Amino acid sequence: MQKITKDQLVEKTVALLSDGTVSAVLGWSRGEFDYDITPAVFKTAEDLKENFVWNDFCGANFSKYLVAQTGKVEGKILVFLKPCDTYSFNQLLTEHRFDREKVYAVGIPCEGMADIAKVKEIVGDGIVSIEADGENLKVSTLYEDAPALVNAKDVMAERCVNCKSKKHVAYDELMGDDGEVIESNRFDEVARLEAMTPDERFAFWQNELSRCIRCNACRDACPACTCEKCVFDNPASSVENKAPANSFEEKMFHIIRAFHVAGRCTDCGECSRVCPQNIPLHLLNRKFIKDINEFYGEYQAGAEVGSRAPLVDYTTEDLEPGEVFDRGDKDA
Amino acid sequence: MQVKEYKPLIVAFCCNWCSYAGADLAGNNRLSYPADVKIIRVPCSCRVNPMFILRAFQRGADGVIICGCHPGDCHYTSGNYYTRRRMAALFSMLDFLGIEKERTRVEWVSAAEGAKFAATMNEFAETVASLGENKRLEDLRCKR
Amino acid sequence: MQRVGVFVCWCGSNIAGTVDVAAVAEALKNEPGVVFSTDYQYMCSQAGQDIIKNAIAEHNLTGIVVCSCSPRMHEATFRKTAAAAGLNPYMVEIANIREQCSWVHKDMLTGTEKAIILGKAAVAKVNLNTPLTPGESPVTKRALVIGGGIAGIQTALDIADAGFPVDIVEKQPTIGGKMAQLDKTFPTLDCAACILTPKMVDVAQNEKIRIFSYSEVEEVGGFVGNFDVKIKKKARFVKEDICTGCGACVEKCPMKKNPNEFNLGMDNRPAIYIPFAQAVPKVATIDPNACNMLKNGKCGLCARICAAGAIDYTQKDEIIEEKYGAIVVATGFNPISMEKFDEFAYNQSKDVITSLEFERLTNAAGPSAGKLIRPSDGKHPHTIVFVQCVGSRCDACAEKGKEYCSKICCMYTAKHAMLTRDKYPDTEVYVFYIDVRTPGKNFDEFYRRAVEEFGVKYIKGMVGKVTPEGDKLKVQASDLLSNKQLHIDADLVVLAAAIEPDKSARPLATMLTASMDTNDFFTEAHPKLRPVESPTAGVFLSGACQGPKDIPETVSQAGAAASKVIGLLAKDKLTGNPCIASSNELMCNGCSSCERVCPYGAITYVDKEFRMPDRTTKIRRVASVNPAVCQGCGACTVACPSGAMDLKGFANSQIIAEVDAICK
Repeated sequence: MQKITKDQLVEKTVALLSDGTVSAVLGWSRGEFDYDITPAVFKTAEDLKENFVWNDFCGANFSKYLVAQTGKVEGKILVFLKPCDTYSFNQLLTEHRFDREKVYAVGIPCEGMADIAKVKEIVGDGIVSIEADGENLKVSTLYEDAPALVNAKDVMAERCVNCKSKKHVAYDELMGDDGEVIESNRFDEVARLEAMTPDERFAFWQNELSRCIRCNACRDACPACTCEKCVFDNPASSVENKAPANSFEEKMFHIIRAFHVAGRCTDCGECSRVCPQNIPLHLLNRKFIKDINEFYGEYQAGAEVGSRAPLVDYTTEDLEPGEVFDRGDKDA
Repeated sequence: MQVKEYKPLIVAFCCNWCSYAGADLAGNNRLSYPADVKIIRVPCSCRVNPMFILRAFQRGADGVIICGCHPGDCHYTSGNYYTRRRMAALFSMLDFLGIEKERTRVEWVSAAEGAKFAATMNEFAETVASLGENKRLEDLRCKR
Repeated sequence: MQRVGVFVCWCGSNIAGTVDVAAVAEALKNEPGVVFSTDYQYMCSQAGQDIIKNAIAEHNLTGIVVCSCSPRMHEATFRKTAAAAGLNPYMVEIANIREQCSWVHKDMLTGTEKAIILGKAAVAKVNLNTPLTPGESPVTKRALVIGGGIAGIQTALDIADAGFPVDIVEKQPTIGGKMAQLDKTFPTLDCAACILTPKMVDVAQNEKIRIFSYSEVEEVGGFVGNFDVKIKKKARFVKEDICTGCGACVEKCPMKKNPNEFNLGMDNRPAIYIPFAQAVPKVATIDPNACNMLKNGKCGLCARICAAGAIDYTQKDEIIEEKYGAIVVATGFNPISMEKFDEFAYNQSKDVITSLEFERLTNAAGPSAGKLIRPSDGKHPHTIVFVQCVGSRCDACAEKGKEYCSKICCMYTAKHAMLTRDKYPDTEVYVFYIDVRTPGKNFDEFYRRAVEEFGVKYIKGMVGKVTPEGDKLKVQASDLLSNKQLHIDADLVVLAAAIEPDKSARPLATMLTASMDTNDFFTEAHPKLRPVESPTAGVFLSGACQGPKDIPETVSQAGAAASKVIGLLAKDKLTGNPCIASSNELMCNGCSSCERVCPYGAITYVDKEFRMPDRTTKIRRVASVNPAVCQGCGACTVACPSGAMDLKGFANSQIIAEVDAICK
C-alpha cells in the first residue's frame, strides 16, 4: 500500500500543468489488466483525472523515457521518480542523455511495488481485478466468487524486498518525506551462487537463460541501455540479432549487455521486472556491482551526477584479473 | 564418423608494442610452443573488446589469452590499466556463469620476455588441454 | 568485393624449412576475394617486391596479403611496395608465418597447417580493409612556455636560439622563479644570481622571446600544432612599456609595511614594488590590496613622482589570445606548508625556519643583507639544527606530508651546513637525517667534505620535538646509530621542507588535458623513452613540474624539452597515423565514456542536428575524434557500448573476422 495517494499526485500534477510549469506529464496508466501498468504521456488535466494510475504495480522507471520525451515536448516535462528511479535519472544526466532544463522531477515516496508473479503464485491465474485494501491487495479471479486478500508485503517484488535506498538523490520537488539509504541484503543471492561449484552455477544459469526468448524487453526497459543503436541490432557489428538456435545461444547477449552496463547500472531491477520468462537477470548486474565494490571500492552508479564509472577509471594498484579468483581461496 | 583427436584451440590477443614483440622474440630464439596458439595483433590490450573473446569461445576456441605491456609500461600510458579492470570484471562474470576460469587469462609480457611468452603459452595450452573441449560457451550455429 | 593477392615468402629456408609454402599459396587461393596467390624465395628482395607490383597491376589487386616475417620487420617495406604500385599502403596485411610459426614449430605438417590459418585470418581482415590516408595539419611556428623559472628560461632560450618565436607566461611580476631566491648552488657553490641573472637578461633582450609577466594562462583550446591560448595579463597599474624601473616610486611609497613575498615575508616591501634588483622585466607593480590609492582613492604619490608617467590606476586585466604550435609546462615547485608540523614549532617560534627562508637569510640581497641572524632577535646563532625530510618520504602523514623523496634537500642541507661552518666557525651545526642521498656528479664528495673538512655533525635519526624555551629551542631527537636520545639547545632550527608541484599545475593540467599523478606532478608520455613529453601531443614538460629536480637536471630537461619543441615546429605539416579512432555520429550516444578513457584528450563533443525518422530534427551530443591527437590505442572503442567508436585499421569487424577465420 502506497502512502501517497493517487489524488495527491493528480492534484499536484494538474496544478503544475495549469500554471504552465510543465507542459506534459510522464505518468502511469492502465494497460490490459489492473496489474499491467504502462508508462504514458499526459498533456491535459482531463486525461490525467481519467487515466492516471498510481498503485502497487507502478514499478516502471521513467528515467529512460526522458531521453526520447524531452525532445518531443515544448517546455518542461514532469516526471515522477521513486527513490530508486532517481539514481537512473542521475546516471543518465552523467551521460548527457537528456537536458535537465527540460525536466521537472517530482520525487515521490515508495513503499515497495508488488510482483504479479508472486500474486499469481498465491491466487492462481485468471486475475480480473486487483484493488488496494489497506495493507492488503484484493484480488478477484475468474474462478473464485469471493476476492482473495493478499498482504502486499508478501508479494513485494524482490528488488523492493532488497530495496537499497529510500532516499531521492535528484528532484525539483519532493512529495512526502525523504528516506535513507538502506543497508540491504541484495547481494546475498549473488553470494549464494558464488559459493556453488562452477558446475552448479553452470547448471543454474543454463536453466535460467535457456528460457530466454530474446524478446529484448530487458534491454528495452533498462535505463542504462539507451544506445541510439544497440550493437545487437546493428548488422555491421558482426554480432547482430539472431534467432535462438540452441539452448545456450543467448549467453553472449546477456554477458555483453551486463558488461555494457557494468559500472553504470544503478540496480533498479527493471530488467527482471519486465522479463516475461522471469529470468533473474538482475543477478548478472549485481554480480558486476558486487565485484566492482569489492575490487575498486564501494560505488553506487547515479548517487551523484558526474561521477566516474569504475570501468572507465583505474588506479595503478588495481588487482590483477588472475587475482580475482584467488580472493575466495584466501577467505576460505 | 571420423573421430578427430582433440587439440585445443587458443586465441592470443597480443598488443603490438610489448607482447607481439615478445612473441617475435620467442620466435627469434626458437622457443617453441604449441601451434594451437594463434596470435591476433592489436594496437593495445585495451583494444580487446569482450565481444571478441566471447566470439572466439562461441566459435569453438577452447581458451583465450590477452597479453599486454606490464602495468606502468603501456605504450599509451594507461591502456593496460583499463584492460586490467575490464578483464577482471569479465572473467569474474564468466566464472559466475560456470565457465571454467582456467580458459581465460591475462598476462603481461614485455618485448624482452620471449622466454616468458613461450613458457606462458606452453603452460596455458596444457591447462586448457586438460580441461577438454569448450562446451559451455559454444554456439553451434556459429561454427561451420 | 576485394581482389586480394597472396604472396607467400620462403625466407630462404627460414620459413620454407618448416612450412610447405606452395601448399599455403595453394590453400589460400580458395579463400574469399583471393584472385592471385604465389610464393617466392625472398619477398622483401627487389625481385620479390617486383612480383608484388606486377601482380597488383596485372590482376587489379585491391588488397594484398604477404605471408612472411613479422609485420614489425617488413610491414613498412611492403606498404611502400604497394604504394609504388598505386595501391593504398593500408590495403596490405601481413601474416606472420616466420617468428610466430616456422621458427617456433618443428614439423612441416603443423607449421603448414598453422601458416594456412594465419594466412586465412589475414585474408579475412584485408577483405574488410579500407584505404586510409594519414591526416595532415599545419603547425603554428610559435611556442608557449608556462613558467619563467630556470626551466622555462632555458627552454625558451633554446627554442628562440633555433629561430622560433617563444612566449613566456609567468604569474609573478618577474621571471627567475625559485632559483632567483637562492644564495649559492651545490655542489660548485657558485652564486645563483651570478649564473641566473645573465640568462634572464638574455631572455629580455632576445627579440624572439616575449615575456608575459604577472600573467596566467586562462584557457587552452586546439591541439598539437594548433593550440589556441588565452592569457590573462593581470593589471599591474604600471605601463610596462613606459616604466624605466628607476625605483623612485618604490622609495617614496608611504604604504611600506607589506610582507615581501620575495623574502618569504621576512621583511617588508612598499605597495608599489620591484621584487628584486635584477628583476626582468624591471618594472614596478602595484599591489592592489596594499595601495591606498586603489583601495581608498587617496594618495597618488607614485603617479606624481614618476617622471616617465607610467602609473595608471585605471589599468584593467587584459586577455591576450595567441596561437601556438607547442606548449611547454614549466610550472615548478614550492616547499610544502609547515603549518601542520606542530612538532617542529614552526608556528610558535620565528627561529624555526624553512631551508628556503635560510637561503634568503644568507643571501647578500636578503632581509639581513647576508648576515646569518636569528629572525626573532637579530642575534648571531651559535647552535643550528638542520632537520631533513620534513614531510618527505612520509608514508604515515599523507594529510600533511608527501610519500616521495624531494630529492634536493640532502644536497642543499649539506650546502647550508658547510657554508655556515665556513663563514661562522664558532657555530655548531647538526644535521638530522633518515638517509643521506647523494647520487650525482661530485655530490657525495661534497657531502663528505661537509662532514670531514667542515665538521658538520650528521646524526642519523629524526627530530621528535622542538620546544621554544626562553630564547632557546629545545630539540629532542634520537640518534639511531648509538641508540641514544639527544637533547640539544639550539638557537636556530632549519627545516628541509618537502617540495610539491605549484598549485597552478592542477588547473593547468585540466586545461591542457595533460595527465598528472596522484601527487600532481605531470606524467610523462613514457617514463624512460619520452621523459620530456606529456602524453598529450604537443605538450612538453620542463623542470620540477614533472618531479623533484635540482638545477642541472632541470636545465638538461629544459633543453631536451626545447629540442622536442624545435623538432615539432620545424615541420610544416604534421602527418598523423591513419589508424585512429573515429566515431559514427549516427550511433553515438554522447555519453562521455570514450572521453574518460582517452589518454590523450583526443575526444571532444559537439551538438549536432539529426533528422529523425518522423521528419523532425533532434540535436544530439556526439563524440568527435581529433585525428591529430589520437594515437590509436583503441581504449575508447571498448568503452563505447554502442560500437559507434571504432578504430581504423583494427576495426571491430576486422578483428572479429580474424577471430572467425582462426576459429573455423
